Amino acid sequence: MLEIKNLHASVEGKEILRGINMTVNPGEVHAIMGPNGAGKSTLSNVLAGRDGYEVTQGEVIYKGENLLELEPEERAQRGVFLAFQYPVEIPGVSNIYLLKAALNAVRKYQGLDEVDAIDFLNLVRDRMKLVKMDEQFLHRNVNEGFSGGEKKRNEILQMAVLEPALAILDETDSGLDIDALRVVAEGVSALRAEDRSIVMITHYQRLLDHIVPDFVHVLSEGKIVKSGDKELAKELEKSGYSWVHDAPEGQTA
Amino acid sequence: MTDQSQQLESITQREYKAGFVTDIEAESLPPGLSEDVIREISRIKGEPEFMLEWRLKAYRHWLTMDTPEWAHVHYPEIDYQQISYYSAPKKKDDGPKSLDEVDPELLRTYEKLGVPLDERARLAGVAVDAVFDSVSVASTFQDKLAEEGIIFMPISQAVKEHPELVEKYLGSVVPYKDNYYAALNSAVFSDGSFVYIPKGVRCPMELSTYFRINAANTGQFERTLIIADDDAYVSYLEGCTAPMRDENQLHAAVVELVALDRAEIKYSTVQNWYPGDENGKGGIYNFVTKRAACRGESSKVSWTQVETGSAITWKYPSVVLQGDNSIGEFYSVAVTNNMQQADTGTKMIHLGKNTSSTIISKGISAGRSQNAYRGLVRVGPNAENARNYTECDSLLMGDKCGAHTFPYIEVKNPTAKVEHEASTSKISEDQLFYCKQRGLDAEDAVSMIVNGFCKQVIRELPMEFAVEAQNLLGLSLEGSVG
Repeated sequence: MLEIKNLHASVEGKEILRGINMTVNPGEVHAIMGPNGAGKSTLSNVLAGRDGYEVTQGEVIYKGENLLELEPEERAQRGVFLAFQYPVEIPGVSNIYLLKAALNAVRKYQGLDEVDAIDFLNLVRDRMKLVKMDEQFLHRNVNEGFSGGEKKRNEILQMAVLEPALAILDETDSGLDIDALRVVAEGVSALRAEDRSIVMITHYQRLLDHIVPDFVHVLSEGKIVKSGDKELAKELEKSGYSWVHDAPEGQTA
Repeated sequence: MTDQSQQLESITQREYKAGFVTDIEAESLPPGLSEDVIREISRIKGEPEFMLEWRLKAYRHWLTMDTPEWAHVHYPEIDYQQISYYSAPKKKDDGPKSLDEVDPELLRTYEKLGVPLDERARLAGVAVDAVFDSVSVASTFQDKLAEEGIIFMPISQAVKEHPELVEKYLGSVVPYKDNYYAALNSAVFSDGSFVYIPKGVRCPMELSTYFRINAANTGQFERTLIIADDDAYVSYLEGCTAPMRDENQLHAAVVELVALDRAEIKYSTVQNWYPGDENGKGGIYNFVTKRAACRGESSKVSWTQVETGSAITWKYPSVVLQGDNSIGEFYSVAVTNNMQQADTGTKMIHLGKNTSSTIISKGISAGRSQNAYRGLVRVGPNAENARNYTECDSLLMGDKCGAHTFPYIEVKNPTAKVEHEASTSKISEDQLFYCKQRGLDAEDAVSMIVNGFCKQVIRELPMEFAVEAQNLLGLSLEGSVG
C-alpha cells in the first residue's frame, strides 16, 4: 500500500524529516507517536502534498506509483485521505455540497458517473450513524461554527463517505473530551477493513485504547527511533518521550 | 509567490464564451452626434413630437455637462463623435411582427447564447424581449401577458402605443439632467423594455430582456421603464453579452422603476459584457444609471446583480424610499479579473417614515483588477425610524488586485438606525488545500469557495438565473486562483 523510503523534507530550509522508513500493508493500522516538534504533522502534510514542504531526499511509493509526483487532488482521487488536525471553515458552502463534490471527484477518477441524488443521500445518512451526527449537520456550512468535537467527527464522516484506501489521521484526538473521543474512535474502528490502511498520528496513548493499532512507531527529531506493537504505546505512556532520545538509533522491531 | 497563488492566477485566465459576431446586414447611422442625428433616430422610430422634444432638451443639457471623474476608474477620454448611435439588423418592413418573420440568423444568435426565443423551446415561466444593438428584435408571450392587462414590449413600441404612460413616467425617476451618461442616454436611447403591471396583478411569469451588442463602433443606449401599479408584483431579469472586439464600446443605459402603493418589483441582472482581454484591450464601458422609486406606501424594490463582464463598470442601482413603510434592497456580486475596473454600489435614500433598506455587496477581485464598492445611505429629516443594514465583503485573489470600499452615510433624523459591516478576506491556501485534499481540482475548489462567498446574493436570484450566475462566476475566475 505505502512504502516510505529514506524520506527527508524541509520547511523554509530547515530539515524536519531526516530519513523516515516505513511500510504499511493493506488492512494495517499504524500509530505514529512522538513529542511536539518531532515532525509528525510534517509527515502527514508531505504525504498529502501540501505546499511549503520540500522533499530533499527519498521516495514514497503508493500502490506502485510515486506519490510525491502527484498533485494533492490526484492523491485524494487515488484514495489518500487526510483527516485534518485543524479542519478548515468554508463560509457559504454546505457540508453536503462539499461531500458530494468530493465523492464525485473520486468517482470521476474511477470512471464512474456522478452519484445519483437519492443513492447519495442514503449513503450519507448511513455513514452519519457511524459518527452519531444529526442530519442538520449536512446543511450547515463546512466547519463554520462547529465545536472541536463536531469538526473531528465531520472529518471522519468525510472519510466514511469517500472510503479511502489510505487514511492518515492527523491528531484526530486532540481537543476532544472523552465522550467525543469515543464517538470518533468508534467511527474509525468501524472503518477498519482488509483493503484499507490507516496511519494515526497522535501525541497521546489514549486514542490507542479505542483504536488498537497493529504497529506503533516513535518519531523523534525527524526519524523513527523505535517501532513495536501496541505495548510500546503503553510503555511511552508510563515513561514519557524523554527516554527515546537515549535509545540507540535504528533499533526497530 | 507560492505554487498555489500561481495556480489561482492561471485559473483566472478565462475564455469569453459569448464573444462571437453575428454576420448580419445592419442599417447604421454614420458615427457622430448632433441634433440632426437625434432627429433622425426619432424619425426612424416614428416617435410622437413629445419624445423628440425631450431628447433634444436632454442633448442640449448634455452639451453643458462634464464627464464625471469621481469614480475609482481610469480610461482614455471617449470621443463621442466616433460612435454610431444607431444600428439595427436590416428588415423588410417596420411594425410589429411575429417570431416567424425574425431573421433566422438572429434566432440562431440568441439560441447560441442560451436564450432560445421560440416560445415552445423556452421554459414556460419566462417571457423574453431580445434587444440586438439598438433595437428589439423579438418579444415573446406579449399576447398571453396582455390577457392579464400586462404590457411588456419594446419601449419604442410603447412610445407609440401607450404614449400617455411613457410621457407620465419616463424621466420621472432619472431626470435627463441627472448625470452625464443619463443625459446622453435620454438624447439618443434607441430601445429597451417597457413593462406596466396593472393594479392588483401578480405577473404570472418572469419577464426578461436579453441585451446583445453586435455591431462594431456602436454604442448601446437602452432605456428600460417598469411600472408596478398598486398591489402589483413583477420579477424582471436582464442578461447582457457582446462580441470580443479590440475597441472599447460604450453601453450607457438608464433603467427606471416605479413601485406604487404596496407594489413589489424584483429586478435581477446578470451582466457579462465582453471584459476585454487579459491586457485590458477592448471590452465594454458599462456606464449605467439604475434607479427605483418606491413611490407608494409599503412598496418594495429589490435589486440583485451579478456583474462579471465589462472593462469598466460604473453603476449604482438605487432606491428612493418615498412611501412610508417602503423597503429597498440591493444584493450585488461584482467580479473583476485581469485589467477590469468596477466602481459599483447603491444609494438608499430614505424619505418616508419607517422605511428600511438592506445592502449586501460582495466584491471579488483577481488578476490586476480594481474593484470598488461605493454606497450612500441618506436618511432625510422626515424619515422617522428609518433602518439600514449594510454589509460589504471583499475577496482578493492574488496580490496584484485591489478592493476598495467607499461608504457614505448622511443621517438627518435622530431616530434612524444605520449599521455598516465590512470585511476583506483572501481565499486562504488552507481552504484551497482542504478542498484539493478532498479530490477537487483547483478550479472547482475556487468556484466552490467563491460561490459560497456569494451565496447571500445568489439565493436572491430566480432559480434558472442562479444556475447561470454560478457557472459564470466559475468561468469569470477561470485561469485565477492565491
